[in-house]
Amino acid sequence: MSVYLIRRLLQASMVVFFMSAIVFSGIYIIGDPVDLLVSNEASPEELARATKALGLNKPFHEQYFVFLKNALRGDLGRSFVFGVSAVTLIIERMPATLELAVVGMIMALVIGIPLGMYAGLKPHKLSSRGIMAGSIFGFSLPHFWQGMMMILIFSVMLGWLPSSGRGDTVTVFGIQWSFLTWDGLRHILLPALNMALFKMSLIIRLTRAGVREAMLQDYVKFARAKGVSGMRIIWVHVFKNILIPIITVSGLEFGHMVAFAVVTETVFSWPGMGRLIIQSIEMLDRPVVVAYLMITVLFIIIVNLVVDVLYSIVDPRVRLQNLKG
Amino acid sequence: MNKKTAITERDQTPLRLIISEFLDNRLAVAGLVVFLIIVLTAVLGPYFTPQNPYDLAQMDIMDGKLPPGAQSLDGDIYLLGTDEQGRDMFSAIIYGLRLSLFVGIVAGSLAVAIGVMMGLVAAYFGGKVDTIIMRLVDLQLSFPTILVALMLLAILGKGVDKVVMALIIVQWAYYARTIRSTAMVERSKEYIEAAHCLALGRRRIIFSHMLPNCLPPVIVVATVNIARAIAIEATLSFLGVGVPQTEPSLGSLIKGGFDFLLSGKYWISVYPGIALVVTIVAINLVGDHLRDVLNPRLRR
Repeated sequence: MSVYLIRRLLQASMVVFFMSAIVFSGIYIIGDPVDLLVSNEASPEELARATKALGLNKPFHEQYFVFLKNALRGDLGRSFVFGVSAVTLIIERMPATLELAVVGMIMALVIGIPLGMYAGLKPHKLSSRGIMAGSIFGFSLPHFWQGMMMILIFSVMLGWLPSSGRGDTVTVFGIQWSFLTWDGLRHILLPALNMALFKMSLIIRLTRAGVREAMLQDYVKFARAKGVSGMRIIWVHVFKNILIPIITVSGLEFGHMVAFAVVTETVFSWPGMGRLIIQSIEMLDRPVVVAYLMITVLFIIIVNLVVDVLYSIVDPRVRLQNLKG
Repeated sequence: MNKKTAITERDQTPLRLIISEFLDNRLAVAGLVVFLIIVLTAVLGPYFTPQNPYDLAQMDIMDGKLPPGAQSLDGDIYLLGTDEQGRDMFSAIIYGLRLSLFVGIVAGSLAVAIGVMMGLVAAYFGGKVDTIIMRLVDLQLSFPTILVALMLLAILGKGVDKVVMALIIVQWAYYARTIRSTAMVERSKEYIEAAHCLALGRRRIIFSHMLPNCLPPVIVVATVNIARAIAIEATLSFLGVGVPQTEPSLGSLIKGGFDFLLSGKYWISVYPGIALVVTIVAINLVGDHLRDVLNPRLRR
């Protein structure tokens, strides 16, 4: 197990290093931020001073070396626009994004699993077909379009739910949370649903496939022959067995959700790190872009790692394979 | 799946079988018809649209934000209303469709070409080449599409060509993985062995023997991926990092109208949105059914 863990950790850090090189060397190429930050009338001396202050006059490899050294200490530079540490800027906005992703994930699981089980148990019913057709739409329509339609229907036409912002927040452990107030809850509902729809479709399909397969297994037949009630078969025997793939996929998808928050946050003006990155790309705020990309990449790699390790702990078949390989 | 019996055994070429099977599904045919109409509209657009949305001289800011069916100052009727610059939405949507389809199809076909190349090379040569290519594929696919696209556009900047490039880089890996898995199976088959015995050149074996036999799954992935490319382009343009707003793609049109959605001026973003969704759904219907038709496992 520990050999496997060490190998995975090494792999993960290789990927992080690789990505940092790509991100840094890539971002290094884009426009000169000095032009944007210094006023048009600035004299050449002022320009030179600004370039030096930002460390942009040094050769590329030196800049990268400095970047790496600082990155290892958790310092990814100062935002050109806000003048504060880029990492702090991202971390400040992270709870809003994570809150959205977690609420969205819970919604996807709580709605998706029962719908998928229903569709799997009664595959030929009209309602099941309706669920499956709906899941195709959830899959194929763009995120931002779904969000826009939600705003149009629930905010503009029906006027039930607010369309932007976080609403009232409560500060717990020094972090602001929306889901603890009624107003905040109303605000989070639409964006979280927007994030949830795609994953929900995925979970519905996964659950349905799992249930259909599990119902044919011998252990289900045996339980039925023993006289176990239908409900117990479904919720104890079948449910437990389909849970492993669902948890794995949900875990992996959680990392993706944090990235996809960029879209939802833009549609619903949610003040998370996704909106920040879009603004930063527009303003060529290089350190913030780099910090966002690095933090998100790191986040996804960690999530993937944790899911893989948990998976091998939960499912003994996988563990044995990994030890051999 | 294969109920067609009208064709006699003698006439059945695989292609004909596939076509007749495809035509059996009404929904898929409807999707194909809608898609063809969309393509035709996009191609012929400049000949019948009342306005050229690229030409600022044809627009009148006084006509801004008119509702669908309203009359302009010159007496023209705006079928789908106008946006805030007085651009006729009907014309803008058709031009937007052109750009979106162009980006989707160009990016899609280039991604197919690159992905198929890489996948075939990986499968044929195996060993180190295979490891390197597939590691790259795995690495890329472990990150969400939107993150990779965002990363690339943060590096490359805005513009149609940049979006196309980003889409190719985002999508080639799907094809590489798809074709590699089929090619691995094909490689060990007897006809490849026979080709080797005939001392045919590597290139000939890969492209005229292996490639045609690996194509069906690629075609399925390609249809679905063109729809995805169109959706990703729209998303990026909506986020403001894709196609600039001066060149209307469906995504940038929607972005332009989104700010007015809350004030009840729905048509500026909703109509381009409908055009986008109809296109994507039509392609997906075709792709979904193609998957069933081309899947050898579902075949007798």
